[in-house]
Amino acid sequence: MNKEKKLQMYREMVLIRRLEKRGAELYQAGKIGGFMHLYIGQEAVSTGIVAAREPRDRVITAYRDHGVALNCGISANEVMAELLGKATGMSKGKGGSMHMADPDKNMWGGHAIVGGHLPIASGMALGDQYAGNDNVTICMFGEGATNIGYFHEALNLSKIWGLRVLWVCENNEYGMGTAVNRASAVSDIRQKAEGYRMKNGRVNGRDVLKVHDAAKEAIDYVRTNSEPYLLEVETYRLRGHSMGDPERYRTQDEVLKRKENEPIRTFRKQLLAKKTTTAKKLDEIDAEVDVEVQKAIEFAEASPEPAPEALWENVYVE
Amino acid sequence: MAKITMREAISQALMEEMDRDPSVFIMGEEVGVWGGTYAVTKGFYDKYGPERVKDTPIAENAIIGGAIGAAMVGQRPIAELMTINFAFSAMDYIVNQAPKLHYMFGGQFKVPMVIRAVGGGGRQLGATHSQTPDVIFAHFPGLKVVSPGTPEDAKGLLKSAIRSDDPIMFIENATMYQIRGEVPEGEYTIPIGVSKIQRPGNDATIVTYAKGLELSMQAADQLAKEGIQVEIVDLRSLRPLDMGPVLESFKKTNRAVIVEEGWKSYGIGAEIATRIYTDAFDYVDAPILRVAQKEVPLPYNRTLEQSALPQVTDIVAAVKEVMK
Repeated sequence: MNKEKKLQMYREMVLIRRLEKRGAELYQAGKIGGFMHLYIGQEAVSTGIVAAREPRDRVITAYRDHGVALNCGISANEVMAELLGKATGMSKGKGGSMHMADPDKNMWGGHAIVGGHLPIASGMALGDQYAGNDNVTICMFGEGATNIGYFHEALNLSKIWGLRVLWVCENNEYGMGTAVNRASAVSDIRQKAEGYRMKNGRVNGRDVLKVHDAAKEAIDYVRTNSEPYLLEVETYRLRGHSMGDPERYRTQDEVLKRKENEPIRTFRKQLLAKKTTTAKKLDEIDAEVDVEVQKAIEFAEASPEPAPEALWENVYVE
Repeated sequence: MAKITMREAISQALMEEMDRDPSVFIMGEEVGVWGGTYAVTKGFYDKYGPERVKDTPIAENAIIGGAIGAAMVGQRPIAELMTINFAFSAMDYIVNQAPKLHYMFGGQFKVPMVIRAVGGGGRQLGATHSQTPDVIFAHFPGLKVVSPGTPEDAKGLLKSAIRSDDPIMFIENATMYQIRGEVPEGEYTIPIGVSKIQRPGNDATIVTYAKGLELSMQAADQLAKEGIQVEIVDLRSLRPLDMGPVLESFKKTNRAVIVEEGWKSYGIGAEIATRIYTDAFDYVDAPILRVAQKEVPLPYNRTLEQSALPQVTDIVAAVKEVMK
């Protein structure tokens, strides 16, 4: 991987982190409503995964979707505008935090029902199989989604029909506030793929380069063999499940300990240790991102509310 | 005009649209090798092959969720639910995903999918396999719900549904596959969301659809012998709901009976009656009556089951009551 790509990945991770931090402030200020689930701590996962895809490969994810949206190339302006419910958001202010998408960038949402998008992902891969192309559908979900029936119906279908799906399980150890070992019969989520005779792997989700390489290998496997693959990514969210999470299920010590090897710090150290770049260059990127996020907030705040008639638009195509 | 069965009409619509558009395919339980549990897709597997007539696992979330995904990326899947009672297993997809995707993402996604679902009671299948829950699906904006009562309408409406870019629940009635009716020769479609006068009359209005139409036509024959001419308005689609012909008829007859196979409470009759009371209040000469299923889970025993389902005699009695 060349230096430019690595710096681009670093930039995307910082953008996710800083956009969400400012987003959290706006939420506390009452400018963002509804549910908002932050990706802080998991940035290396979507960044590494999306960096490994071909542009023709589709990505679909759950409601913790700001990171995936930015990685897929949706602008900070549109993400922030959607958070503020403005007409200039990519979903015209009708989707909000959990419903970000742009099919032209092969970002297929942003889905808010736990596990609900998994059969849809199989269906998208079915559509591609029917069309005779070799696009891969990358479907991301939390480990909590592996305990619901959708997961099993979707994995089974993808296997029996040879659908090109890369299942990416982001195991962040908690489904809302319930630890994985309290909710799932197996804590090693990848084992669930074995029940479907599905190839699987696991990778350290705090290391963006490892995530990228594992995803690349998995995507190649899926494309070449016309077979699904389940990749379990070990990660940890540093913020609550959503903004209104009292976090009674874990200690502050646990969170602080995890912060020590959080993904952006880890990547920064790697880039400096291998002399890929200089601290000055990385600081410059950080500063550029701060400006980009500030401009996105200004754009979103200055953007119009949806027109009253938007209420009635897009209920039906016809 | 050729006289064909409802089953043949639906089969013809499917076949014509599959011949017309390669993006149309069928997926569902036993639609392929078996030929469809109601033989609607008999011969399809041999003609179109396993790529276009897909036998699925018994997994309704995979069927409807999968069809949604394929539709989002440009195909036109027809997902078959062996019975509408299995729709409850896929309820999230039918009411909480498919109808929301276009709206919630600001028009970025389309879901050109048809769900064919077979419902209705009267076949001694017991309480879990005999329901007519059409109104539940009609509750949700973003979904269209179509349920034909004649072979002509079934063919024309299904063809329109397959060509539509919106998700559509197309509800068939299992006891109606054998009914015969005239169907135009050659290519035709019928627009979704347009009610139709199926029988003209001046004395009272019956508003109904699907199985209720079959029963109401029989009731109308009996009533005619007694000199009562009812006008029958067939809704054909429950959402969008076309009240135009209903109100027009009611303003002429000033009396109405609403006939549906499903349960009365919170049902289609409640919706139609309220709209008539609201929009044609000055024309009301008698309380509007509803003929519907008795409010019990349907029993297995034939006599008991029939006693719970709306009958021709119930419709005749209701019309006479509003004529008093």
